[in-house]
Amino acid sequence: METILVLAHTETDGSLAKAALEALGAAKTLGGALVVGLVGENVQAAANSIASCGAAKFFGATGSDFSHARYATDAAAAEAICKAAGATVVIAPATSRWNRVLAGVAHRLGGRADAHVTAITAANGVVSVNRWYYRQRMEAVLQRTQRPWVIALEAGCYETWKGSAGSATVEAVAVSLTDACKQTTVTGIRAPAADQQTIRPDAKLLLVAGAGWTKTQPDGKNHTGDAEKLILGFLRLTQASLGSSKSLVDLSGEGQAVLPFMSHLHQIGQTGATPRHPKGLSTCCHGEEPHTVGWRFVNERRAIDLNPNCGWARGKADVLYVADAFAVMAKVNELLAAKK
Amino acid sequence: MSTAYQIVVCGSIVPDPLQTLEPVTGPTGPALKNEMMLPAVLDPWAGHALFEAAHLAKSAPGSKVWLVSLGPKAKLQQVMMTVAQKVPFELVALDGPAGGFTEAADVAAALADAINAIPGLDKSRLLVFGGWESASRGAGATMQIVGERLGIANQFQGVDKLTVAADGSLEVLERIEGGKHQVSKCAAPPAVLGWATGNLPEPPNNPQVGMMNMRVVMPALQRAKPAKVAAEGVKFASVTLPKQQRDTKIVKDVPPEEIAKEIVAWIAKD
Repeated sequence: METILVLAHTETDGSLAKAALEALGAAKTLGGALVVGLVGENVQAAANSIASCGAAKFFGATGSDFSHARYATDAAAAEAICKAAGATVVIAPATSRWNRVLAGVAHRLGGRADAHVTAITAANGVVSVNRWYYRQRMEAVLQRTQRPWVIALEAGCYETWKGSAGSATVEAVAVSLTDACKQTTVTGIRAPAADQQTIRPDAKLLLVAGAGWTKTQPDGKNHTGDAEKLILGFLRLTQASLGSSKSLVDLSGEGQAVLPFMSHLHQIGQTGATPRHPKGLSTCCHGEEPHTVGWRFVNERRAIDLNPNCGWARGKADVLYVADAFAVMAKVNELLAAKK
Repeated sequence: MSTAYQIVVCGSIVPDPLQTLEPVTGPTGPALKNEMMLPAVLDPWAGHALFEAAHLAKSAPGSKVWLVSLGPKAKLQQVMMTVAQKVPFELVALDGPAGGFTEAADVAAALADAINAIPGLDKSRLLVFGGWESASRGAGATMQIVGERLGIANQFQGVDKLTVAADGSLEVLERIEGGKHQVSKCAAPPAVLGWATGNLPEPPNNPQVGMMNMRVVMPALQRAKPAKVAAEGVKFASVTLPKQQRDTKIVKDVPPEEIAKEIVAWIAKD
């Protein structure tokens, strides 16, 4: 039988992120012996919040060295916890912090890591994972003989674990840190001002803007200024997250005066992100696979495009509105503003 | 203080992203249909890493860039004809499979061995660059294991910017959740940086750079050692293309006002 370790780190407020609770929820579906490992400045509150999860033990690597995401210290902490837990399968949320270190940790432990896992199952004692290859263009189900098997589970694939808080006994794990582990210092987080942040991973709606917004319109002119107002207005009114096709952000990168708030961080599909949102609305997006892979994990999808055969929409969206996005989005914004 | 860097970029080839990909089962496990026939490109994120490396080398006199690349020799040669025209580098080629269904650990072992074998490499000035993921396996694992094998504790993934400070320290911006960047200061090399898209556009072709590079690329390809890369211990139960095809409702010849009402109602619906 596998010993399953759920490995999580605390957030800056000492709590566990939604993705960590999803990893715990996934681990609970597998059966087997469950243990929890926590890394952070102080993990007691986090351990208490999941005290009733059924874990046989809680391990913690704590202290100021683990307050920030840093490869050397996080890898050392994760390695120490995995060893202390004697885990054969390690399930961790695929946060940027864990994605940075888990493969290195698996290497140190003589095991293997799989990242971007979207499902974990166990049948007849055999654990399998689903993950995508070639930028979400094909899905594999695979098993491994190597142990420990470190699995980074993508956010949004499982329900969060829900249970009552309590009082957990956390077994402190000693982590040996050399000076070399502290050569890197995290100095801060750089983010757009709150009112200018347009990437919102927890938003219910994803608005995808395509290069069509920057193209010449029927009057023979570009209307990028209008496009900017419409897109940002929609985001302000709905608190949706903004995604972009590759072609649009590439235009920004080439220094063209297009949509100045677009960066490579907005790009979805291909070399961009594959966000998970309940709903998605694409506007002025063109292209077939692989441009549409960013859509793959959006549940309800609608599109606005002048081309009824648009590859983003045909067979991929639930509804395609064959219409001018400028006209439609202006009316949408009017209606949304009137409702406020 | 010397500010010259020895920058080793790890980067392989992937099928041109515009190609249709279909999985097949080969003698050693899953593979792509007609894999050797598919046009290949340098992995996009590795490409960004290479361009950033060249940019850094240009601004730090005395620096040198190597590109360590694992792939089938014939395909590497094809891709290098294009890549070599972009920026100056010295190729270290390894002959082996470049597909997505191989093990990151095996690839990392081969790359680390190749890096260790570079003559005269000074690890105190070493920066190991690569893509934070590949467009094939997409595991985001190879660079970390390369770093581990080289004994490098300063590792960064999803890097969008590297700035060298006056004191020689490195300021690194890494992507984190929610469209933000974590800012870190690394006291000194060695370091591993897995690049996201960075900030630089693709450099234009430069025939002079191409001619200079090709003088060492062809011998490097001829010298390419075979690398043992497989997927031992992995059993692929299935590899499939997504089959979900939606029955798209087409709404045509409807005034924008009506469409807007429908969209607003849809957004509001839980």
